[in-house]
Amino acid sequence: MIWLNALVQGIMLGGLYALFACGLSLLFGVMEVINLAHGDMAVAAGYLAVVLIPATHIGALWSFVIVVPIFAVGGYLLQRTLLQRSLDVDPLITLLVTFGLSIVLENVLLEVFSADSHSFAVGSLVTGAFKLNAQISIGYLPLLILAVAVVVLIGLQLLLSYSKTGRLIRAVADDREASQITGIDYRHIFGLAASIALGTVALAGLALGMYSQFNPTTGPSYLIYAFEAVVVGGLGSLWGTLLGGVVLGIATTVGFQLSPNFGALGPHLVFLAVLAFLPRGLLPKKALA
Amino acid sequence: MSALLELEDLSVCHGQLTAVDHVSLAVEAGQVLAVIGANGAGKSTLLRTIAGLHRPVSGTIRYDGTDITNIPIQRRVADGIVLVPEGRRLFPSLSVEENLLVGTYRSRQGPFSLSRIYEMFPWMASRRKEHTGQLSGGQQQAVAIGRALVANPRLLLLDELSLGLAPIVVRQIYAMLPELLNSGITVLLVEQDVSQALSVAQRIHCLLEGRTTLSGKPSQFHPSQIEEAYFGVRSSNHSDIPG
Repeated sequence: MIWLNALVQGIMLGGLYALFACGLSLLFGVMEVINLAHGDMAVAAGYLAVVLIPATHIGALWSFVIVVPIFAVGGYLLQRTLLQRSLDVDPLITLLVTFGLSIVLENVLLEVFSADSHSFAVGSLVTGAFKLNAQISIGYLPLLILAVAVVVLIGLQLLLSYSKTGRLIRAVADDREASQITGIDYRHIFGLAASIALGTVALAGLALGMYSQFNPTTGPSYLIYAFEAVVVGGLGSLWGTLLGGVVLGIATTVGFQLSPNFGALGPHLVFLAVLAFLPRGLLPKKALA
Repeated sequence: MSALLELEDLSVCHGQLTAVDHVSLAVEAGQVLAVIGANGAGKSTLLRTIAGLHRPVSGTIRYDGTDITNIPIQRRVADGIVLVPEGRRLFPSLSVEENLLVGTYRSRQGPFSLSRIYEMFPWMASRRKEHTGQLSGGQQQAVAIGRALVANPRLLLLDELSLGLAPIVVRQIYAMLPELLNSGITVLLVEQDVSQALSVAQRIHCLLEGRTTLSGKPSQFHPSQIEEAYFGVRSSNHSDIPG
């Protein structure tokens, strides 16, 4: 029963990982940009909420209504300016640019908010849980985060598969030049993809702020998990990203059950094992089909 | 008759290499002009520059009387200049129908809709949910042409349609040209297969190492003249045309 509990809690934690990984997966899948500032952007979304919640008297749970649109617009602008310029020079330059962005973001947050940890008060949601039986109880907040992750990933997959914008995004991801000759401005499509990605990054940052404490240097540690979830699931596959997040979540909680020291190590070991034996990930898929 | 497309002294470079060297040509509305030439003569570069994928270093491109030399590619598509690229370049993760739908992104008003394309290629309707990788080369070429047609072009640029296809398939594809012309489309095509080009074009334009070596009506020239323009060497054998 202890192990079953570890499994259930692992799936819950996997929701947070998957939510984190979603934006990373999308940016890589569409424009092959690896955003090293991904974790810091999520933390920045958390800090934006720290400022906005008292200023607007909006509840922490509803802060996404403001934060997500701001990040979505910011994502579009970031892509059309900084990222597109570096992509035009050399796709590898984007690694340096986003790494630089990560350092800048981290230091600006340190300067403005100090190194103190923050988190949001979401009331009984954090402590509340329902009991499945004597040993297993499911927290409302982790369940909510998992539900959001599933909805976001399924929504994104449906958008890519069935909407006109999704079709254009897949066309651009397939063949940039061929998309140009059909009259698509691929820079605009990249901007839209970045906008969606940053919207999900904001959601992940808010989820993190409700789930645990964060400080300006929290970002990179979550970036690692997001990375691993994307690779474990299979590059460029959103379903794979969801699965990857859940697998890493289970590896964390089962690892903790084995030995408290093992919790942090578990997901990394799983990641290495997948790289060694299934280098294309659990759900390998070509592009975003 | 007025020229739909006029190139004046157009030069295009790839780095150090001058791929198109001071080329001037005009395509009359409703006509087929074939640009012929050996590998590396600059034919594809010329076509891609007209489509907007390359910027010329000098010269002007005039389309329907207006200078479009510096107009971005997506505006050219909206104005009716559509390229069928060499190697087809379909979107592999999209279905046949989705490929066609992407082609409608900047379509103008006109006769070519998805259902019109399915009428032209009856096999396509039943396979519209399949990915393009499952189609034969000729079928893929048909989808590539369909993707261009649904934009309802005024000027259709065809780059090496025959590449990698069986002769019979090539003939089937070229057999569609009269229908396209009847609907008012002007065609500028690039072809290595000279006999194919001569049989469909009202005018030919031969390039050699980026420069114009011959231009005019096919009937104006003796095969040996074309051969010389194509290869740049005077041949002693005047019997036939390279294929």
